[in-house]
Amino acid sequence: MAELKGSKEERLAWARALLNEIEAENDGEVNRMLDDLIRSHDASLFVELGKLTRDLHEALNNFRLDSRIARLTQDEIPDAKDRLNYVITMTEQAANRTLTAVEETLPVSEEMEQRAKALRENWERFRSRNMSVEEFRALAREIDEFLAWTAEGAAQFHRNLSDVLMAQDFQDLTGQIIRRVIALVQEVEDNLVGLIRISGQRMTAEPSEAAGGKKDGRSELAGPQIPGKESADVVRGQDDVDELLSSLGF
Amino acid sequence: MKILIVDDFSTMRRIIKNLLRDLGFNNTAEADDGSTALPMLQAGGFDFLVTDWNMPGMTGIELLRAVRADPKLAKLPVLMVTAEAKRDQIIEAAQAGVNGYIVKPFTAVTLKEKIDKIFERLEGGA
Repeated sequence: MAELKGSKEERLAWARALLNEIEAENDGEVNRMLDDLIRSHDASLFVELGKLTRDLHEALNNFRLDSRIARLTQDEIPDAKDRLNYVITMTEQAANRTLTAVEETLPVSEEMEQRAKALRENWERFRSRNMSVEEFRALAREIDEFLAWTAEGAAQFHRNLSDVLMAQDFQDLTGQIIRRVIALVQEVEDNLVGLIRISGQRMTAEPSEAAGGKKDGRSELAGPQIPGKESADVVRGQDDVDELLSSLGF
Repeated sequence: MKILIVDDFSTMRRIIKNLLRDLGFNNTAEADDGSTALPMLQAGGFDFLVTDWNMPGMTGIELLRAVRADPKLAKLPVLMVTAEAKRDQIIEAAQAGVNGYIVKPFTAVTLKEKIDKIFERLEGGA
């Protein structure tokens, strides 16, 4: 519906003028008046649309300019990918380290079992006095060898089991890294929800809370270092820690 | 010698516990963050504290400060074993009165070295 502007008198005057032109069969003038009316309506529609567009544009601009989001997309998501790749590397190394230790240990334990069984059979024969002197000498030598070898084998078990133990340190480090990535995914999700709110409803969305940066003081902690991602303010291993502490008089 | 091991990851607590047993320390207890560790320490009987830094609830640095602020615990030797490797943080821990600082990942040899060093110094200072 076309819309008439101005006061009641102005609108009535316009209507009367239109009526006069129609009665006078002055088609040219009638068309011109109706065109004007439609054009004025279109103009106000365009003004409304223009306002809406500008609002949306500003909302999106503010959203994009939020430095948190810029950092998320430019740094933190690529960084998260590196971190997750590092998790794969660490878990793979831990698995290989564990498997190597197991593969080294199993044959030794099998050999130990075989040799102990064989010795026990001979030992039983000796105890039931069913053994010649020569055989006994050989048995004594075997027992000697076996004891020395067992001590060595036990030491190797200890080394390998310690290696298996230490290999499990990946769980703590990868756990910490994955927790950080989960927090990042949560933040991205919150921002996406904010974006949908802004584009879905017109400007009713309050500024995204998640975009406001980190409030929890704890998240300032850097967490496990990723090889190739170390910054200058971070030590490179235990030697650096010791050096720093001794420079502080420790 | 009774040692309290504080870390939010149970796997890391088990690793440290086993390494300590290897070093001849059989009497250990565990806590998963500072707020559970502190009452255990205050109840008495511990001679040494090994703690992580980044934990939910009360962090290791907060625990360290609480220990140093408690007259009964102030002299307890504290070894920090953590993935936090920022220089500022190591300095912060040193200023809070930590006795040793180990960055993860670490080796059994490093743990032995640091514990030996702490006891050497305590005996020298006493």
